[in-house]
Amino acid sequence: MTNNPFPLSKDELLAAYRTMRTIRDFEERLHVEFAKGDIPGFVHLYAGEEACAAGIMMHLTDIDRIASTHRGHGHCIAKGVDVHEMMAEIYGKATGACRGKGGSMHIADLSKGMMGANGILGAGAPLICGAGLAAKFRGDGGVGITFFGDGASNQGTVLESMNLAAIWNLPVIFVVENNGYAESTSVEYATAVDSYVDRAAGFGLPGVTVDGTDFFAVHEAAGEVIRRAREGGGPALLECKTIRFFGHFEGDAQTYKAKGENDYNREHRDCLRIFANRVTSAGAVSEAEIALVDREVASLIDAAVESAKGAPLPSPRELLTDVYVAY
Amino acid sequence: MNERIKPIVMPKWGLSMSEGKVTGWLKPAGTRVGVGDEIVEVETDKIAGVVEANEAGTLRRVIGTPDTVYPVKALIGVIADDDVPDADIDAYVAEYATHAAGEGEEAEAGPRYEFVDTPAGRLRYAKRGSGEPNVILIHGFGGDLDNWLFNIDALAEAGTVYALDLPGHGQSDKRVKQANLVGLSEAVTGFMDALGIASAHLIGHSMGGAIAARTALDHPDRVNSVTLIGSAGLGEEINSGYTDGFVAATSRRDLKPVLEQLFHDPATVTRQLVDDLLKYKRLDGVDDALRALADALFAGGRQASVLAEALKAADTPVLVVWGESDQVIPAAHATALGDRARAEVIGGAGHMVQMEKAGRVNELVLAHIRA
Amino acid sequence: MARKISYKQAINEALDLEMRRDPTVIVLGEDIVGGAGAPGELDAWGGVLGVTKGLHAKHGNRLMDTPLSESAYIGAAIGAAACGMRPVAELMFLDFMGVCFDQILNQAAKFKYMFGGKAKTPVVIRAMVGAGFRAAAQHSQMLTPMFTHVPGLKVVCPSNAYDAKGLLIQSIRDDDPVIFCEHKALYGSEADVPEESYAIPFGEANVVREGKDVTIVSYGLTVHRALDAAEKLAKSGVQAEVIDLRTLSPIDWDTVIESVENTGRLVVVDEANPRCSIASDVASYVAQNAFGALKAAPQMVTAPHTPVPFSPVLEDLYIPSADAIAAAVNKTTARALAA
Repeated sequence: MTNNPFPLSKDELLAAYRTMRTIRDFEERLHVEFAKGDIPGFVHLYAGEEACAAGIMMHLTDIDRIASTHRGHGHCIAKGVDVHEMMAEIYGKATGACRGKGGSMHIADLSKGMMGANGILGAGAPLICGAGLAAKFRGDGGVGITFFGDGASNQGTVLESMNLAAIWNLPVIFVVENNGYAESTSVEYATAVDSYVDRAAGFGLPGVTVDGTDFFAVHEAAGEVIRRAREGGGPALLECKTIRFFGHFEGDAQTYKAKGENDYNREHRDCLRIFANRVTSAGAVSEAEIALVDREVASLIDAAVESAKGAPLPSPRELLTDVYVAY
Repeated sequence: MNERIKPIVMPKWGLSMSEGKVTGWLKPAGTRVGVGDEIVEVETDKIAGVVEANEAGTLRRVIGTPDTVYPVKALIGVIADDDVPDADIDAYVAEYATHAAGEGEEAEAGPRYEFVDTPAGRLRYAKRGSGEPNVILIHGFGGDLDNWLFNIDALAEAGTVYALDLPGHGQSDKRVKQANLVGLSEAVTGFMDALGIASAHLIGHSMGGAIAARTALDHPDRVNSVTLIGSAGLGEEINSGYTDGFVAATSRRDLKPVLEQLFHDPATVTRQLVDDLLKYKRLDGVDDALRALADALFAGGRQASVLAEALKAADTPVLVVWGESDQVIPAAHATALGDRARAEVIGGAGHMVQMEKAGRVNELVLAHIRA
Repeated sequence: MARKISYKQAINEALDLEMRRDPTVIVLGEDIVGGAGAPGELDAWGGVLGVTKGLHAKHGNRLMDTPLSESAYIGAAIGAAACGMRPVAELMFLDFMGVCFDQILNQAAKFKYMFGGKAKTPVVIRAMVGAGFRAAAQHSQMLTPMFTHVPGLKVVCPSNAYDAKGLLIQSIRDDDPVIFCEHKALYGSEADVPEESYAIPFGEANVVREGKDVTIVSYGLTVHRALDAAEKLAKSGVQAEVIDLRTLSPIDWDTVIESVENTGRLVVVDEANPRCSIASDVASYVAQNAFGALKAAPQMVTAPHTPVPFSPVLEDLYIPSADAIAAAVNKTTARALAA
């Protein structure tokens, strides 16, 4: 354990792994539970993209804000939203993070700086400009991170927001989680530029592309742009080239993917495996320590599912509350 | 023009009044009237009131038609003795119309409200008349100088009349630096200092009465006399339904029934009166001011300061006037000073007796000041 | 003290007073300062019609000119509101909602409910509404019903300078998102307005004229048309009560119902297009809740179901007129007159 070539302490490495493992188990379990028919509506799973959320969020505290996407579970967990409340919300229960009124696509916890998953693609970009503006007026050094996929990268809101953040020099980071597919449509088809760095350049922003399956690459690149933004250096764009293990939503047969694509990715591009191999082979963390986290996370997810299933449904009067602060 | 012919005109009650509606004649043409007799009812967008005779004589012409709106100063009736020929009166009426039209624009340039900076803040006041003595009109809780709409001009016959807005009220500063009777009394003496008024007759209504009394007790050299109208400070009882209701009301619906308690005739409370008070209550700082004063002066439906015994022992001449059906402070308090003061309880009037029975109140006050 | 100022000045004053009172109030919009980055004067415009003129000198960078990028800056105002600020964003013309409606409809209006009550979004979106400026179909619409349809939004439309100041102050202090509709044809209209701050609570209609024969309900510019109509009707012996709704969401149903119960007749005047309008909303509510009091079918006087035309002769026909309102009133009283 004396060898730690990484820029993080052992505790930090284990924390990063725990975050990624929690997201993975949360999503894998939802995949199973959704098929049983107990979960209303639809869910969009983040499995495969864990290194993006974990690598970026490790640089943030509760004063920093994030605006998430429809595929938001990973962002929530990495930003510190309570896993039990998340699971209960996905089951539509009164004990959920949004008291059963939001569901998977709208989990939020403003006290943690989590401004909400969002069912409207690209909608988080203007909102995070507002978070950046608020931080700037307050002078509290807070930053805002907006996540969007390769699909939403083509929304006018995203492009307008990059321009606004640039001219106002806002402490905002635009994170493209490029998993290659907008629903079923490939990024090659839908996006006119080859690199998002080029698109950033069009707005005068620095842009960086990293391998989104490499936690350390994401962590390092995010650390640099976030530090710069905190110090008043302004916005930046970070592209994480990543993969999603599942379909756009649960029930998606994924026939648009290449044959064997998911198997290959699970085998060779699984960010958790890559991370665990690197830290254990370097001797920074032991396999036993990794296994301990795995066991702890597994029991956390078991407990979350169990309590969510047993939790009360919202009372009928909840239909009419919370529309206004006062009306 | 025949000087024996006296006009009855549409009155101007307050600066904003430009016209009024005749709602009904209380005396038919041909009736003999005396000074102060109520002749005709008039309604403005703010308030309903009664026009009283300024002259004795016969009501020779009833010109204002009920339910018709007339501009301020328009001729609505004529008083003259029986021996004045009809032809003269007709000529007078014909000529008067022309005369009024020519004067119309000048009337607009009437005296404006003034402001003065005092240690208690910037205070608004109105001033009428000239010369000695000085008379200061002090309104009650939640009121303003317009509460003296029907009094200020009549009292100006006696000398110089000032009506002020207390701190936290009307258009004066809304911050009440010292929210108690002493603080408000000092605001009045500060007002006198700022305007160079050495001494004055103080006429106080409701809470303003208690302020007048407090001032007379603390500064007897500066107070020539006091008139206490429906006054606080003469007993413990006060209708907390009114005071608390006034403080709490945030809408027209809440405020109207509260204001109706002020008058003998609840119909006096027009939509505009309620709106004007709501506009006042919605100004930043007013709610704080009213709550602080209500807490200090009449929390829990009891008046904190009863000054009756102290007043009995003091030398300042006192007149007490009350509306018989006062629902805010009981008319029984009128006799709290016993033989020490003249007490007049007027029938057909409530807490706002100086508005509802202005003629009688003005007559009493003038006699008291002149005594 | 009160003095006469215009509707436009009243709005400027409300912004000034609230910026002085609360450091979290910021104002943003296109050209609200004017001349940003340009070689000439700063505060060159103070808004396209000068409403925010002079505020930059008092409050500096708390007023921010934005690029022509409504989605981005309206969204930024909403995001800043969710992060503890009280932004006032000017959308210039409410017609421009078309390019930023998602941020209003799916974000600001939904946060509170969707997040289980944990969010508040105290944002004000100011925008000009209404016809009469010869500005044609894309700069003249009365789009209030589009917003009253959305739960989570409050919708305000003052008809005079006094209300404009008090309602804007309330809008800024309010913890919910508010769409503040300024009728451009009223900017020059004057009223007695206190110099001090005051807030007019939402959901309180103003009975601007009392009458016993018919209730005319309206808001914004057409309140004045309704008053003109009432004046004409009075000459023929019909006493019309005129109600200015002031806020459309929340709406003061009690005052409307109370009045109709007294008069038995209802005419609703709305500058919006007629389908699913404020007029149809009020008419249906009254039919449902005061049917027994009605002596005649409720009447609606609205714009026709057309875009706003350009040519003055057409546009003048488009806006509900005092004559049209009087004619609608006469329809409700026709049976009584015939009897």
